[in-house]
Amino acid sequence: MSIGRTLRRTLPVMCALLASAAGTTVARAEDTIKVGVLHSLSGTMAISETTLKDTVLMMIDEQNKKGGLLGKKLEAVVVDPASNWPLFAEKASELLEKDKVAVVFGCWTSVSRKSVLPVFEKDDGLLFYPVQYEGEESSKNVIYTGAAPNQQAIPAVEYLMKDVGVKRWVLEGTDYVYPRTTNKILQAFLIQKGVKPEDIMINYTPFGFSDWASEVSKIKAFGSAGKKTAVVSTINGDANVPFYKELGNQKISAEDIPVMAFSVGEEELSGLDTRPLVGHLAAWNYFMSINTPENKEWIAKWHAFTKNPKRTFNDPMEAHVIGFQLWVKAVQKAGTTDTEKVIATLPGLEVPNLTGGIAKVLPNHHITKPVYVGEIRADGQFNVVWKTDKVVPGEAWSHYLPADKDIVADWVTLKCGNYNTKTKVCSGQNYK
Amino acid sequence: MMRWLRHCAVLGCLAGLVAAAAGTAVAGTAAAGGAPGAQPAPVSPGAGQPAAERPVADEPVADERLQQLLAQLPQASYADKRALIRQFIALHDPRVRAILGAMLEENLYERSADQRVVIGAADGDNLRLTDALTGAALGTAAPDALGRIGINNQLRKALRVGMAQFDLSSPDAAVRLAAVREMLRAVDEDSIAVLRERLAHESNAAVKRAIGEGLALADLDSSDARTRLAAVETLAGSLNTDVYNRLSAMLERSADGGYAEPDARVRAAAQASIRSINRWRNLYSAIQTLMFGLSQGSVLVLAAIGLAITFGVMGVINMAHGELMMLGAYTTYVVQLLMPQHIGASIVIAIPAAFLVSGLAGVAIERGIVRHLYGRPLETLLATFGLSLVLQQAVRDLFSANNRPVQSPPWLSGELQINEALSLTYNRLYTIVFTFMLFLLLLAVLKRTRLGLEVRAVSQNRAMAKAMGVRTEWVDALTFGLGSGIAGVAGVALSQLTNVGPNLGQSYIVDSFMVVVFGGVGNLWGTELGGNALGIVNKLLEPYSGAVLAKIFVLVFLILFIQRRPRGMFPQKGRAADG
Repeated sequence: MSIGRTLRRTLPVMCALLASAAGTTVARAEDTIKVGVLHSLSGTMAISETTLKDTVLMMIDEQNKKGGLLGKKLEAVVVDPASNWPLFAEKASELLEKDKVAVVFGCWTSVSRKSVLPVFEKDDGLLFYPVQYEGEESSKNVIYTGAAPNQQAIPAVEYLMKDVGVKRWVLEGTDYVYPRTTNKILQAFLIQKGVKPEDIMINYTPFGFSDWASEVSKIKAFGSAGKKTAVVSTINGDANVPFYKELGNQKISAEDIPVMAFSVGEEELSGLDTRPLVGHLAAWNYFMSINTPENKEWIAKWHAFTKNPKRTFNDPMEAHVIGFQLWVKAVQKAGTTDTEKVIATLPGLEVPNLTGGIAKVLPNHHITKPVYVGEIRADGQFNVVWKTDKVVPGEAWSHYLPADKDIVADWVTLKCGNYNTKTKVCSGQNYK
Repeated sequence: MMRWLRHCAVLGCLAGLVAAAAGTAVAGTAAAGGAPGAQPAPVSPGAGQPAAERPVADEPVADERLQQLLAQLPQASYADKRALIRQFIALHDPRVRAILGAMLEENLYERSADQRVVIGAADGDNLRLTDALTGAALGTAAPDALGRIGINNQLRKALRVGMAQFDLSSPDAAVRLAAVREMLRAVDEDSIAVLRERLAHESNAAVKRAIGEGLALADLDSSDARTRLAAVETLAGSLNTDVYNRLSAMLERSADGGYAEPDARVRAAAQASIRSINRWRNLYSAIQTLMFGLSQGSVLVLAAIGLAITFGVMGVINMAHGELMMLGAYTTYVVQLLMPQHIGASIVIAIPAAFLVSGLAGVAIERGIVRHLYGRPLETLLATFGLSLVLQQAVRDLFSANNRPVQSPPWLSGELQINEALSLTYNRLYTIVFTFMLFLLLLAVLKRTRLGLEVRAVSQNRAMAKAMGVRTEWVDALTFGLGSGIAGVAGVALSQLTNVGPNLGQSYIVDSFMVVVFGGVGNLWGTELGGNALGIVNKLLEPYSGAVLAKIFVLVFLILFIQRRPRGMFPQKGRAADG
């Protein structure tokens, strides 16, 4: 009896749902623009990357509400590369060859980006990469919307040097390509600035390291030589939680030895008791706590989209918001989604940052970004204590490394990602 | 002589470490409570008294001045705020402490409507306001209507040092001691004068000593060689790193070959002090390394001890062992969710809860999967590996892929400061003690109970045990459940040390097999000693080779060891060993 009634009541709804599903499949086949989302939804990186997938979905939803793009609706194609680097390449070629997506938003770790790079260059795809990275790369098929070292690491270290008066440096990182390259650049930078080699300690730990006791006591000993000491941390992912816990337990306060982190943002702090961490630093190009109308508007949109007023918004998410808007502008200007034409249109395009200033695509496929240094507050947000006067243009090749100081990337006039201005030769993986 | 006594007392205390850990925990919490900012500010004399009782004459002037300084705060840059804080402190008005305290806690706001500086306390989504100067209640306001007066690290330090001057006259000796320590972090002429004045009528010996040390440090800059010599002598035996740095700076030669310290007698005294400090520091750092090794070893033993039962005694290769620990850690999280007001008790309750959850899961695994695969190790390995993936994904779907925050109770955070060169963190100390207790308990279960007897009988000769009337199937299920339950308890401990997430188990599974095989399969003592030995070797190597290489060296050492002694450190002997 009751089953019959429920069935009768829900039948029309089910019919409507089925019909609408059928309707969308028809629409799909004809006139949608496909947008690929290549972020890990399982495995170790799922923690960070899942929110980026949601950000792209929100942007697509937003654009569709405005009537789509070139008269067509946007459609997300979400794949899960499961934090598995070779799988990233496989999924990327699936997106480009089978689904024929117009653009891909994806990747987090540098190793995943390196793994999809040949695929994008072979199939002539377009990737928007939203995470701060080690630089030393510029591909025709990638737009780097995250920070290059000169937009995060270098300004952060300059802040510590000038405003905090740091004389002794611990460069502490997870053992993989991003920390190793960043620390190489930072070491070259510090030595150029007159820091003695014995005042720099470089240290690496494995992924997911949890027994920080002796590492932290080593930092404590290094920091008690009577000179102001700071830790520059490129520790990635899970290992940060036990690291900060140990700092708190060994009573290393930010007032004595501040830790400047490049991979710890609002999202990472949301799983942590932040009271012992108050005052430790992070350098980013965006902070959720910055009070601008644009920022407030986007955070409200994000909370409405996720139906959760407590969800955090962070730097790589802002990079995706900017990247998506840039891509939409480029497609509208070019009048097509053809990647060749969109890539040619992108340099020079501008959209506003959420925290003020303008993000402009440069000929080297990086963008201009403001740089902020924030101190961790007890509520898990950041208090901005320093920022650059104006936006900083991203440098693909660091001029602090002797091997790279003559190399430039320019996809507008030189059409090359690594052009040596001395020998006038374009070398590297992809040049025509 | 006194110095020696003090050091020897420390060493004696370390010898009975377990007792020390348990005993000093109480003392430690009391000391932690005295730290500045950790507890409600002690009321300085005069702060709570009605205005009429204080000298009336300077009242209006001070008020005006205070009001003026307060009004400048919201618009000031960080550098300006620092200057303002200095001026605040110079007023020596007891009301300043409350203002500085609120600023330090980031509770000081400017009300946008009338630019009034107020103190806000959280009240639901809104803030309950009081006037910063008068303390009069001003109702509540939404956070949007207020502008927070931000501070940075340098200001935080200035605030703490400034507030310490007020705490110097506290009736509580612990508060005074903390205040002196705080003031010594940044010494200038003003604070030296305040400290000298305090020393004159200080009664507590510990506070006196701390002030004396601080003043001696300042005296090292004196132009009189005799004062400097006296200061060096006062500082002899101190393990404070500042003392060490200052003394070694005296012995440095400048570019023209002259010493920084011109007087030869002072240099000789400093040299002697440094030699003695170095000796003690080396000793303490060796002790510390040993403790770090023991604590890492204990984590390894924790992870392995459940496996020592399921793999060691029963011979089942259970790849889902790590996930059983993960279940234990998540149980801790759920228990904390159920009782958010009692974090300390939740950890204690989580221990039996995790034992039950993981134990029941273990029994289910044994009855459902492992039972059908006895004698087929390869299939067991594959089936349990598959199960580990299922459990991980289940947790991911149930709790999300993100790590879950498990809070540490206050008695598990912080460190036990034995002296200025040696301190041990509580969570490590408790882990060592906890692991050892778990190990003894398990040993007792296996050696002294009927279940233990049956377990050993079944593992040594199944057919004979059956013939003697032992219900072998029932024993199998219970043994597996026991091993799994212990893994769950290990998970509770791990939740205090590392991330609670779906991958928690994976990061320990290799280590736990490593420890069981190294210690000798089927031998609990082997697991305990093997785990600790590996931990200590790892920590001894870490300072020289770095964490990455240390781990590699340990693994290489293990490979070589297993080749020489395939049955581990303590192989089982006798006929049963081949069974």
